[in-house]
Amino acid sequence: MLRTENLGYAYDSQTRLNFPDINCQTGEHWLLLGNSGCGKTTLLHLLGGLLTPKDGQVTIGETALNKLSGAKRDQFRGQNIGIIFQTSHFVRALTVGENLGLAQQLAGKKVDKKRIQTLLDRLNIDHKLNAKTSSLSQGEQQRVAIARALINQPKVILADEPTSALDDKNTEEVIQLLEESAREVNATLLVVTHDGRLKNRFKNSIQL
Amino acid sequence: MNLLQLSWKNIISNRLSTALSLILFALGVGLISILLTLNKQVQEKFDKNLAGIDLVIGAKGSPLQLILCNMYHIDNPTGNISIKEAKAFMKPGHPLIETAIPISVGDSHKGYRIVGTTKDIVDLYEGEIAQGKMWEHSMEVTVGAAVAANLKLKLGDNFKSSHGLIEDPNLVHDDVQSLRVVGVLKPSGSVLDQLILTSTASVWDVHDHGAHEAMETDNTEDNHDHAGHDHAAHDQDSHDHDGDGKPDHAAEDHDDHVGHDHSNHDHDNDADASVEAPPLWEMEDKEITALLIKYKGRSFRTLNLARNINDNTDMQAAMPAIEINRLYSMMGVGMDALEWLARIIVFVSGLSIFISLFSSLRDRKYELALMRVMGATPGKLFVLIILEGLLLAALGYILGILLSHLSMYFLGDYMSDEYKYSFQAWSFLKEEGYLLLGALAIGFVAAVIPAIQARNTDISETLSNG
Repeated sequence: MLRTENLGYAYDSQTRLNFPDINCQTGEHWLLLGNSGCGKTTLLHLLGGLLTPKDGQVTIGETALNKLSGAKRDQFRGQNIGIIFQTSHFVRALTVGENLGLAQQLAGKKVDKKRIQTLLDRLNIDHKLNAKTSSLSQGEQQRVAIARALINQPKVILADEPTSALDDKNTEEVIQLLEESAREVNATLLVVTHDGRLKNRFKNSIQL
Repeated sequence: MNLLQLSWKNIISNRLSTALSLILFALGVGLISILLTLNKQVQEKFDKNLAGIDLVIGAKGSPLQLILCNMYHIDNPTGNISIKEAKAFMKPGHPLIETAIPISVGDSHKGYRIVGTTKDIVDLYEGEIAQGKMWEHSMEVTVGAAVAANLKLKLGDNFKSSHGLIEDPNLVHDDVQSLRVVGVLKPSGSVLDQLILTSTASVWDVHDHGAHEAMETDNTEDNHDHAGHDHAAHDQDSHDHDGDGKPDHAAEDHDDHVGHDHSNHDHDNDADASVEAPPLWEMEDKEITALLIKYKGRSFRTLNLARNINDNTDMQAAMPAIEINRLYSMMGVGMDALEWLARIIVFVSGLSIFISLFSSLRDRKYELALMRVMGATPGKLFVLIILEGLLLAALGYILGILLSHLSMYFLGDYMSDEYKYSFQAWSFLKEEGYLLLGALAIGFVAAVIPAIQARNTDISETLSNG
């Protein structure tokens, strides 16, 4: 489902990052472990098509990301890849529900209010449907961010350090939530982290 | 949620800077719109009231004043002319003149001018009777539509005129017969709406007393001009004989004149009014304020006629078209200055839209990158920001137009008192349509640079630094 070959990236001529090949099957959950500064975020951006690799390629399903033109890649990403970032950001002018609706729309789908409602329900934040995102607590924001990543039933979910700021109890909760959510849409989940606590939670892991 | 809705939400969530941009934009647009509207309506009224009048003959003085007084009924009279002198132009059969309409002003009722004239003036402005009839006998008046509406005058109402053109209860002619309303005109959009029309004889009958005798003796003398002045102080508007129309003169004159009324002439005059009057031009001892002349056709001879009057008589002849153009060019300077001011405000408001979009972009960088992650193409982000600029401009435009027409609405009353015209607050010009295009163009230009920046957002870098 998610495959990389000889992936390499260079910010300038001196620093060059080479990444091990990845091959995740549909529905598998993977952990990508690495210390700060080893290029975890860069790899995540390459996998999500936010960056174009200097060498090698990323394939999701049958589609090679770097073969797609700019606009096509944006569209593909919106429909097939859900990304959860380290810090949660939203379109501030919009409510929780509108943010999720926007995610559907930008991916080229119709706004499906029922889907939004059930998803928020599942994540126990349905009462925040009409709240401005700035009024949410950290934990609620993270849940909304997860909801946004899941809204279009993506094939691949990428999570960047989802637990770095959380205590053990909340870490467990969030990981569980991610795993359950991924399972529900049968998506490939890839968590990028330096958080050693997660090591034992995942069967599959890659060390950077 | 389409892009337009999203831009809308974005600008309303940024209240303070949106409000600032809107206020500035509305001020600029409003100022331009009100200038356009005023300019247009004033010109329309002036042009309408030209009504094909080729020449105004009156007492010497400022030609512009002569025209403003006798055609537009704004300014004070330059003085009076004697019928003896004007006779040649009043009598039918003049080879060049088609119509000559006598105008006698000097009295008013609650701020509305009473004009002694002939019925030709109603035809000239294409006025029509709404109720009652045209005035016929002395002391009968037909009132304009605005006068009837604002003073609530009905057929059969009586009122006493007051001396001078300003509203002052002390100047009411208490001692003479009342004027009676016999007709009301339909609104014509011309100066007729604001006038109280009556026969020339009515004006004389209210005023004539002392002057009657004085003029008779004057006329036998050569130095009529100077000798007449003292006596003519009893006559209508005599305060303007010496070229200045200050109201305090009017008051003095009036005292004088009231004295005369009581002592001598009251009864005589009443008797005069009731007999069948001879044609106006036969009454050589009387005075009028001006004659409005319409030529049969224009030629070098008509040009000579005007020159002759100015060179060889104690009267002056002024051409309305020329004087009004002179007035436009004088007003034009002020209008130009205001127009530039409005342009500068619009420019600054465009700048404020630019700054507000630009600074909001810095705050929203992460948001925009996020939208790219969710599938938005760079083009969409560009359109989003452009739409915000256009929305601000369109809103500012709507506010500005509202502002301008609301002020027209509230100014309208004041202006109709001041200029004797009613203004239409809710008539829109096609120039205001162009103004919308201009406003949108400014919104677009102000948004282009921020929009290009939004389009070029580097998602990966922005998200890594977020």
